[in-house]
Amino acid sequence: MDRNLYTQLFGQNLEKLAGKSFVVQTPDQVAGCLVDLLSGKRAVASNAPFLDDCGLTRLPEVRTGFRDREELRQACIAADIGITSADYALAETGTMVMLSSPQEARLISLLPPIHLALIPRSRLLANLDELLATIPKPAGQTSSMVLITGPSRTADIEQILIRGVHGPGEVYAVIVENA
Amino acid sequence: MPDAPTQAFQQTIADSRLQLAIYSATRRLIDHRASAVAQDRLPDYQNLRDHANRIKKHTIEHLDYYLEQLESNVVAHGGQVVFCRTGDEVADFVLSLAKERGASLIVKSKSMTTEEVHFNEAIERHHIETVETDLGEYILQLAHQRPYHIVAPALHLTRYDVGELFSKTLGVPNETVPENQTKIARAALREKFLHADIGVTGANFLVADSGAVVLVENEGNARLTTSAPKIHIAVAGIEKLIPRAQDLAVFLNLLGRSATGQPLTVYTSFLSGPRREGEIDGPDEFYLVLLDNGRTKLLRDPEKRQSLYCIRCGACLNHCPVYRKIGGHNYPWVYSGPIGAIITPQFHGITRDAWLPFASSLCGACAEVCPVKIEIPKLLLKLRSEVTSAKQREGLGGLERLGFRAWAWLMTHPRIYRSLASLGSKLSPSLPKIGPASANCRAWHQKASTNCGKKDRRDDIARTNSRRYPNRIGAGRSPQTGPS
Repeated sequence: MDRNLYTQLFGQNLEKLAGKSFVVQTPDQVAGCLVDLLSGKRAVASNAPFLDDCGLTRLPEVRTGFRDREELRQACIAADIGITSADYALAETGTMVMLSSPQEARLISLLPPIHLALIPRSRLLANLDELLATIPKPAGQTSSMVLITGPSRTADIEQILIRGVHGPGEVYAVIVENA
Repeated sequence: MPDAPTQAFQQTIADSRLQLAIYSATRRLIDHRASAVAQDRLPDYQNLRDHANRIKKHTIEHLDYYLEQLESNVVAHGGQVVFCRTGDEVADFVLSLAKERGASLIVKSKSMTTEEVHFNEAIERHHIETVETDLGEYILQLAHQRPYHIVAPALHLTRYDVGELFSKTLGVPNETVPENQTKIARAALREKFLHADIGVTGANFLVADSGAVVLVENEGNARLTTSAPKIHIAVAGIEKLIPRAQDLAVFLNLLGRSATGQPLTVYTSFLSGPRREGEIDGPDEFYLVLLDNGRTKLLRDPEKRQSLYCIRCGACLNHCPVYRKIGGHNYPWVYSGPIGAIITPQFHGITRDAWLPFASSLCGACAEVCPVKIEIPKLLLKLRSEVTSAKQREGLGGLERLGFRAWAWLMTHPRIYRSLASLGSKLSPSLPKIGPASANCRAWHQKASTNCGKKDRRDDIARTNSRRYPNRIGAGRSPQTGPS
């Protein structure tokens, strides 16, 4: 697979699953492309340094810097949108890979009805095989690695596809090419 | 088919609404799978199946080694491992932990293993609430039913059934739009997630080299179950092991595609131990409960133990002409379809529900779609022959047992024995002669007797019988004093 196509492929595959992806060239362009998405919404953001680099944590509607579990939980329950980075992304399936850490809490990408992830282009991989070759022992790095492939969904009633059951029903990704 | 509940089958077959529900759901799953594993989408498909089969074979043959490795890695990451022989032991463990921690609410994500051991009933008897959080399983819990299908548990219910059920059990207006029904469930379950003390999950895979539990799902309920409560307990059959995290690539490429046609399900969680230092959320305690419940029995048979390779994708159910007619609830255990037909007799004993291995046309569709290449038709045949010999043995054994019981009774009732014996000797001359039946044989027999210079021995059934010998021999001696 041509590495130059990863951004495009990732975007196509995420959109097939009803996700949405944006591409920007540099971190300072991120906030600008999200004005519409964030306007009028309460957002919680993880402690990932990349969100700082992109200038997102300085936006007035974004709460960040959580250290306390209960505080984080309450903020996530009330929020419209959760903003995280992703440690890796897989082009072939439109998957975002999140390793939980002091920088990345689990609930931010889970409780709010919308999940937005900012992903440096350098973190794009071809597929699952490449991911597991890159980190053959995820347990050495984290207590929880989650692969997120599109919005939460179910087909449990009459096989009818419905998005947003327990996890976010809307998923957005921003790929930052020069990062 | 021996002892099959054919009347129940007839009922299912006569229910045209149910037939349509089963047919259309399995049809859709068949189509989704077919396009996901098509040559142009997954050119490596057949190699992946071979590879998956080899990994499972290797792991099952070295289960002791990998179990030990798994245990030491779970412990190394701050978790605890509990080995349980039976479902009761699982319930006992969870109950005692719940009591110690003062827990009153357990949230659960879909798990066939906990269904297998009737986990919810066992826990709720002790006034601890357990709530299923997968939408399908939640519906079934409210309806007090067991899963109809391994992957699509509420496949047999319509939106109208769900609407009525929700309004009856949750006190909401009767809502028949699935999207709104999902919202109702989401709101009700969100409350449960946020107040739960313990989260219980199954495991799709256990990774020995990482001490990790891997969970595959679409809704996000497994993520919430393992992220929100302070305690995470994973309950898994010992056969869920794979050696390395890297092997996951093989199985994840097969599981989603075989089950629902998804290259990857929405969420795949790889969990090893409780939250680590500095992490803001995640469980404080992590327990891995490893369940035997008869699995080690299956290991003994080098051929049949491949039943333990199953990754519960449900493809064999969807493709089975028998499952598609009789549905899930006519199978006696939580595992239905062809995989149920081969594992149920091995877990429960071959003679209980003996019809199961016969519930197949041996068309081979199950083996063709099995992602880990379990030779289901071959095992069905093997089990059929075992059922037949077991039945024969049982028949013979039954008669023998009856005969000996009668004999023992007679021997402990001397009066009756004596009178029967003397009756026998009196009647003996007039009893029909027992012996060779055909004229030729009789002639041969008479000749043989004459040649020996003896009269027919059959006349010799004693006129006095041995029971009376002691009295005669011991005449004049009192039995009370005995020999002096």
